[in-house]
Amino acid sequence: MEFLVASAIGLLTAAGIYLLLRLRTFPVILGISLLTYAVNVFLFASGRLQVGAPPILQDGVSTYTDPLPQALVLTAIVISFGMTAVVVMIALGAYLGSDDDHVDDPVDTSNTAKEEPK
Amino acid sequence: MTHWIIAPIILPAIMAPFIILAARYHLGIQRVFSVVGVLAIIAIAAGLAWQASDGTVILYQLGDWAAPFGIVIVGDRLSTLMVLLTSILALFVLLYAIGSDWDTRGRHFHALYQFQLMGIMGAFLTGDLFNLFVFFEVLLIASYGLMIHSGGDARLRAGVQYVLFNLIGSTLFLFALGAIYAETGTLNMADLAQRVQLIDETATVGIRVAAVLLLLVFAIKAAVVPLHFWLPSSYAEAPGPVAALFAIMTKVGAYAIIRVYTMIFPPDLAVTHGLQSHWLLWAALLSLLVGAFGVLAARKLDRLVAFSVIGSMGMVMVAISLFTPESIAAALYYIVHSTLAGAALFLIVDLVRTGRANLVLNAQAPVSGAALTAAVFFVAAIAMAGLPPLSGFIGKLMVLSAAYENANMAWVWAIILMSSLFIIVGFARAGSVVFWKAQSEQPAEDDAPLQMPTTLSYVAVAGLLSLLVVYTVFAGQAHRYMIATSAQLFSPEPYIETVVGTPGKLSEYDDEKEDH
Repeated sequence: MEFLVASAIGLLTAAGIYLLLRLRTFPVILGISLLTYAVNVFLFASGRLQVGAPPILQDGVSTYTDPLPQALVLTAIVISFGMTAVVVMIALGAYLGSDDDHVDDPVDTSNTAKEEPK
Repeated sequence: MTHWIIAPIILPAIMAPFIILAARYHLGIQRVFSVVGVLAIIAIAAGLAWQASDGTVILYQLGDWAAPFGIVIVGDRLSTLMVLLTSILALFVLLYAIGSDWDTRGRHFHALYQFQLMGIMGAFLTGDLFNLFVFFEVLLIASYGLMIHSGGDARLRAGVQYVLFNLIGSTLFLFALGAIYAETGTLNMADLAQRVQLIDETATVGIRVAAVLLLLVFAIKAAVVPLHFWLPSSYAEAPGPVAALFAIMTKVGAYAIIRVYTMIFPPDLAVTHGLQSHWLLWAALLSLLVGAFGVLAARKLDRLVAFSVIGSMGMVMVAISLFTPESIAAALYYIVHSTLAGAALFLIVDLVRTGRANLVLNAQAPVSGAALTAAVFFVAAIAMAGLPPLSGFIGKLMVLSAAYENANMAWVWAIILMSSLFIIVGFARAGSVVFWKAQSEQPAEDDAPLQMPTTLSYVAVAGLLSLLVVYTVFAGQAHRYMIATSAQLFSPEPYIETVVGTPGKLSEYDDEKEDH
């Protein structure tokens, strides 16, 4: 199970980083989503992987799973979900406004044009 | 246990929804509540700084839960100083935003502003790493809204870059937190400081990875080269007052580095040895150079100021990465100076923008209100470039003297002095092109007459500059306080003892079972 989880995190991260390095906003946002999935699973695994163990104190139980990473993951999911929505809206606004969805700076021609002799 | 320490976080958190819900269509009420809220925070922050000034560590346990289990808010000299600095900066920037009518050019400026303050205050006060992440997100999501306030294509485009870069930073932060939790089983800073010392020297891979990841995250915030790429276009395209408030945001990164790398991973810790002196120092020196070259190469006034901020962050990080009590004190002195000077410069750029067709550095007709704007630009540029008589010079002197004992002293001195020269030349060129050569240009006749900035805008800028003057005059007292602050940072035992040792509510499962 450890191997499965670890390789899943690795695969998601690799795909996320590949997409992050693309030029247009849509793949980059997809890449960030993949990275947040990877980090969510990673956080979840940071409390060690236990199968069938309760997270809350109970009578007659000696092995527990750590409840804290689950709370952390919940926070991380909510935040990354909200942030992704925000970035989609801003990117959409930028795309509709300038008809161009590259993430890098546009080639600035305004400076040279205005420096013509008066 | 007093509740005042959480007020700088709670107050804006209440003010912001009130402004959205109750005063949505009444700009006057919004302005009044925003200003009154900031004034109240200044008063509270001053009280807290006074209380912490004798070395007391103010502890607040949320929900009365004891430290490693509950979240704690901690105020020591450094935290309360940063909170006070933020609140004072916030007042002047807010006055400028009102005076220049920036808050009417889009909706919800004041609500976002209050949320932004809440996030910054929380980041300075929290004693828990995951809570630090949450407050980073609060301040970031408010900053996304402020950054694209009043819209425009260039601004939205810069906003996308800014948001994407910070989202990547947040993901890295979570990876770092997961690694730290997996290695130590805690995220409370004081508890971590104790547990990291206990890690077996043969199994340090995880914690070393976590320490480096965490440093990267804070370096993104502090815009340390090569992680600075988000800063120039987002600060240049953001509305003037927002860019001025952002002057404190890079300092959040610097604060986090100081806090985490003095307490949790101190320089003498074997596990992370060399991280600061080998890596951070060179990155910081590179930032100084990149900032200086950027100032020289900038073709627009707003980019020039943005690069000067990168340069001044480089200076702060050089001082931090030397990691001696003396150099941290110098860094703290420089942080306060560079926040005030950077904010003033961004406001002045906005003053120029009000009275000029664009910000391109070429000879154009004089800006309206040229004499006064030129005067404040002159003062702020002197402060930023670190020329005598203002505090930038004193701060630079402190950094240089702190670097004197260091093995790389020759490099540090050479690069600091060289980059200072470049920054002086850059600012002198910009000032003479924008204000001086303009006198020989005729205004174009077809242009509508440009409006003069309002008096309140000038009051806000003059307020920041007079604070710089006061900070210079009382440099001796300020420096003594920074020495005391840095001494507290380098002997964190009272801090750790207060956080971990204070009793609070605990989950007492066995006792409850007996009651049933």
